[in-house]
Amino acid sequence: MKQLTLETLIAVWEEMFGRSLFWVMLVAAVVITAAYVFVLLRDRQMSMRKFFLAQLSMPFGAIAAVLFVQGITSSGFRDIGGPIDVLVLLAVAAAGAVGLAILVYTAQSLLRKPT
Amino acid sequence: MTESFYPRALLPSRRGFFGLAAGGLALSAAMKPARAQTVRSKARIVIVGAGAGGTGMANRLAERLDGAEITIVDGRKDHWYQPGFTLIAAGLKPAGYSVSGTGDWLPRSINWVEEYAANIDPEAQTVTTTGGTKLDYDYLIVAAGLTLNWGGVEGFDLAQVGKDGIGAVYAGPDYAEATWRAMDAFTDTGGTALFSRPATEMKCAGAPLKYAFLTDDYLRRKGTRDKSQMIYAANNKALFGVPIVNEKLKLLFRDRGVDVRWDHVLKGIDASAKTATFVTPAVQSIKDGAIVDTAAVEHTIAYDFINVIPPMVAPKVVQESGLSWADKWVGQGWIEVDQSTLRHLRYPNVFGIGDINGVPKGKTAASVKWHIPVIEDHLIASIQGKEGTETFNGYTSCPMITRIGRAMLIEFDYQDNLVPSFPGVIAPLEELWISWLMKETALKPTYNAMLRGKA
Repeated sequence: MKQLTLETLIAVWEEMFGRSLFWVMLVAAVVITAAYVFVLLRDRQMSMRKFFLAQLSMPFGAIAAVLFVQGITSSGFRDIGGPIDVLVLLAVAAAGAVGLAILVYTAQSLLRKPT
Repeated sequence: MTESFYPRALLPSRRGFFGLAAGGLALSAAMKPARAQTVRSKARIVIVGAGAGGTGMANRLAERLDGAEITIVDGRKDHWYQPGFTLIAAGLKPAGYSVSGTGDWLPRSINWVEEYAANIDPEAQTVTTTGGTKLDYDYLIVAAGLTLNWGGVEGFDLAQVGKDGIGAVYAGPDYAEATWRAMDAFTDTGGTALFSRPATEMKCAGAPLKYAFLTDDYLRRKGTRDKSQMIYAANNKALFGVPIVNEKLKLLFRDRGVDVRWDHVLKGIDASAKTATFVTPAVQSIKDGAIVDTAAVEHTIAYDFINVIPPMVAPKVVQESGLSWADKWVGQGWIEVDQSTLRHLRYPNVFGIGDINGVPKGKTAASVKWHIPVIEDHLIASIQGKEGTETFNGYTSCPMITRIGRAMLIEFDYQDNLVPSFPGVIAPLEELWISWLMKETALKPTYNAMLRGKA
């Protein structure tokens, strides 16, 4: 009763993003992660060239993630009210940065021939 | 029930929140709780009211009891997510955000009588519905909520809401939306905004304050704050019942330039003149050793926008049932339950859940969430011939919105202790973005999970 269940968590996420968007995002995250693991195993090495481009994309991922969260919650930078808010903002930005970097790396690996 | 709802309320548990933050599906799967054991019983249980408390309770009992005859009595087809009303009245959500079907949440295994209760007889142990159906019970759960006594505000009619600067956030989703139209039009031009709260017990005592903050925010965003006056008429000498929160709110109102009038109880409005009449109740005091009687005084305040909140009382069927306190909250009719076990003090086979309870605090959905496991424990123990052990400490919570994008996550108990769900992480008396994020996103789904008996 006072415990967390998977069902409750999924209900919370569905509500946050809307049911279809949540599942689309979840499937996208799983597919991209699986593809990332696949290209790493296939190539048996990290390509620094692709990694460099992936790094360049990180600020864009960070900004997009923050704007997305602000958009769905009708809020903005002026609402940052204390240290915990800064940490939440950084965490959202970091998640966006890492997510996009993985996407960019994986996309390059799948679309270009291994170098 | 209401506007107020939070972490303990809201999120399944603190552990749950960190699980959520971590986003670990595997983690959450591993944390699935062990299901409580099912109990065989032929008990006849009647639940009066299918709001947040009645519905959550019905789902818990349907899951825990095998063979029991559970009947829920409520003629209302729509279920209202009342914590959403403030967001609707702030133009952030449409009216439909708060509306679902009562039947969507009820378990199939129970009997839903789609009529209102007309009579409750705790001596004969029966509930009779408006359609004449008579239901005998072994256990009764009173989850009847409360009645908004609109007639208690002279000159006010719900048909006025949305026009001539009149709002009524509490009246329902459509009225909340109409209130937004009135507030939106008012904040375009500015003027005098008037807020108040009733002198009775009320659901979500924070909601009147939140709406004042939100109106102030819109005036500032639209550049009309300089041309405006914000007046908050408090029914007594406080803005909020918890002293430390009251002091903080006084500071915030000072910061926002809100003019507070103490000891003002709304008596009526004159929609054509755009004025509201308040009464400062008569008081007896001692001065220089002599008793001094001060007569009641009436004040008239002109407004351009007003959020009308009426007195709140127990529904008539409950007031006439003999379940109410005889010597407390006289005229309001809240039922006489033990504040820790929520069990009726004179009829031990009767429990109260949610707004209907005559307890010092917590007419909120947050409290309902914590009422449910306590009643479940005591009722099922009683069926088994045992005594329950769970107790309720008065927990309630109020995500006090202080502007769009910020809120204070206030949680407290019967003793006015602050009981933050995230001590040292989310400060209860600070206006924070994270508290707003929770209010905006996590609250409704967790409420829904509570309805299903899963949170």
